[in-house]
Amino acid sequence: MALLQISEPGQSTAPHQHKLAVGIDLGTTNSLVATVRSGQATVLLDEDGHALLPSVVRYLPDDGIASNQVDVGYAAQAAQSLDPQNTIVSAKRFMGRGLKDIDISQQPYQFLNSDAAESKQLVQIHTRAGVKNAVDVSAEILKSLKKRAEQSLGGELVGAVITVPAYFDDAQRQATKDAAQLAGLNVLRLLNEPTAAAVAYGLDNGSEGTYVIYDLGGGTFDVSILKLAKGVFEVLSTNGDSALGGDDFDRRIFCWILEQSKCAPVNAKDTRLLLTKAREAKEWLTDHTNAQITCKLSNGELIDLTLSTKQFNELTQTLVQKTLTPTKKALRDAALSIDDIKGVVMVGGATRMPQIRLAVADFFKQTPLTNLDPDKVVALGAAIQANTLAGNRSEQDLLLLDVIPLSLGLETMGGLVEKVIPRNSTLPIARAQEFTTFKDGQTAMSIHVLQGERELVTDCRSLAKFELRGIPPMVAGAARIRVTFTVDADGLLSVSAREITSNVEANIIVKPSYGLSDEQMLEMLKSSFGAAESDKNARMLNEAKVDAQSLTQAIRAALQQDAHLLSGAEAESIHTQLAAFEQLILGDDAHAIHQATEALNTATENFAAKRMDASVSRALAGKSLENLNL
Amino acid sequence: MYSRFADLLIADKSAPTIKRKSIMAITLTQTAANRVEKFLSNRGKGIGLRLGVKTTGCSGMAYTLEFVDDMQAEDTAFDSFGVKVIVDPKSLAYIDGTELDFTKEGLNEGFKFNNPNVKDECGCGESFTV
Repeated sequence: MALLQISEPGQSTAPHQHKLAVGIDLGTTNSLVATVRSGQATVLLDEDGHALLPSVVRYLPDDGIASNQVDVGYAAQAAQSLDPQNTIVSAKRFMGRGLKDIDISQQPYQFLNSDAAESKQLVQIHTRAGVKNAVDVSAEILKSLKKRAEQSLGGELVGAVITVPAYFDDAQRQATKDAAQLAGLNVLRLLNEPTAAAVAYGLDNGSEGTYVIYDLGGGTFDVSILKLAKGVFEVLSTNGDSALGGDDFDRRIFCWILEQSKCAPVNAKDTRLLLTKAREAKEWLTDHTNAQITCKLSNGELIDLTLSTKQFNELTQTLVQKTLTPTKKALRDAALSIDDIKGVVMVGGATRMPQIRLAVADFFKQTPLTNLDPDKVVALGAAIQANTLAGNRSEQDLLLLDVIPLSLGLETMGGLVEKVIPRNSTLPIARAQEFTTFKDGQTAMSIHVLQGERELVTDCRSLAKFELRGIPPMVAGAARIRVTFTVDADGLLSVSAREITSNVEANIIVKPSYGLSDEQMLEMLKSSFGAAESDKNARMLNEAKVDAQSLTQAIRAALQQDAHLLSGAEAESIHTQLAAFEQLILGDDAHAIHQATEALNTATENFAAKRMDASVSRALAGKSLENLNL
Repeated sequence: MYSRFADLLIADKSAPTIKRKSIMAITLTQTAANRVEKFLSNRGKGIGLRLGVKTTGCSGMAYTLEFVDDMQAEDTAFDSFGVKVIVDPKSLAYIDGTELDFTKEGLNEGFKFNNPNVKDECGCGESFTV
């Protein structure tokens, strides 16, 4: 029995035509899924009533019944300290990243071929379920959310809007899309997290202006400046600190506890206990002026402390200030002052802390928007966008514009980067630029696509490499090669190069180099070509052998029946040839077998003719003409 | 009210004539009413909830459920737990006496029509025949 939801006036859909679409906030620490039901964006809860799904995946040991089982969420999180090597947390930090991009010494995982740190391959982690990467792990999280959504909505999803940080580069966006594909989710759109938050607050329906999205999560801080004009959001600038979040506030309290209680250095178990107590105290202080911290350490030592709001504010003052530096930078990047900011949106659980709200209010000289749950606001905005994209709203579609977070360019002589699309250009965009040859008679040109703000190729991120061949030989500088960069609404790049005088063309869709390097790709292609050749040979040999065997069988049968038709010499010759032939077909030279088959066929033609005559005369023997049905 | 409704039924030849003694009512359960009220206040506008039917679906008729911004002259309105329930005359013939409930089935939740006129329902419950 389907349960109905309320539609907008005149927009009831036919039965079975409801397009179920969700918004997914695929977070570093926690993930959420939300949808629009009866005109209202709501976060979907799991069976236990939890909205958040910890972004933790544990590959379970084989229990003898089922293998390759995974735990996602709270169950996985609980096992984190018991089974650290098979429990992957914060996989988002590895999305679209190679080993050289991350600090592996800080991670408990067994990374694959750390010697290949130079390679741009996506980080691979050894688990008991085999080698996994961030895309695999994220796909497990998405699968779990998809299942929750389908159970809650009672049907299959047409698609999802998945949010990504505004600063995610091409490789990271592509990795997110790949994870969704792996989870069987159709991605309607990747949406920048700050844009989603703005949509959740309905800023898109409000007045035009410039807004700041202040997002302090568990472990990351992002600040984005959005401009709303003519119903379109444009990300003017982003900044942040990837190692600053609510967890740092817990750690400050933890250090304070150690300091106050003057206890000896604590073991891992006590550390975890005290960190939990610290987090509880932090959360308590959101609505209270004093927090009691009491617990018993494993050595029997008792901790009993009172933390006041004032003390807590003093302890964490520097952390709060640390968020304002990137905020100032973002403002400067967008060439704006505080007076230009129309509203400030608070995102992330850590923005519940009163001292954060005060500091932000003080900095921007206005009260930030806090009436939506800061943990859910991104997912809610994504759900609203998903609902529109799935076609459940016929009102003028909200078109969201995003920007390129980092400049895109290509390598020129001397290892320099020539920028083709500057950062913060709005999407979709296409830009072309002309280049020329460097040497006399140069017939090919290597196009190396890069992303980044630096001038040297070595400092930028390599996205793709391809070659334009078949340039007619000319003196250096005579060829005119037009390179076009196109970035679609999802932020994915394709590059084409054309020599204008000869019209030779080459292009590439940038499957960013997080996955396979060009060399690896080539190697894979080559090996598949190699296999194709040997596959084809094997097939030819088998076919030749089958033909040869059926011929020998036919000859043997004929000899048995009609040997009397042959003279002694003829029979002798056929027997000799047949013996040699049977020897040959045991070998594996398809070509030789094929030729010998032909030869034997010719050699036995005479015999075949004689048999034909004999069978005809046998058939005709003793029959008058009238009896023949001619 | 009733006489105008009857006229409409006669005037509209395509609508099957259903013999009835009087209009019963369309009601909401308390749970459904609370939900509708909440949805309406979240939406920020709207005067009530429209129940209706349309002729599509796998089993003849399909239910519709919409917010109402403007009431039409021919509409009938009922009051149920303070929520204005609005039905157009054609639909009313098919759903008179219906009680709308809000239920949870596992993780799924939504509105459910308990319609006394229904003879046959498709498996999914989104469409029916009278």
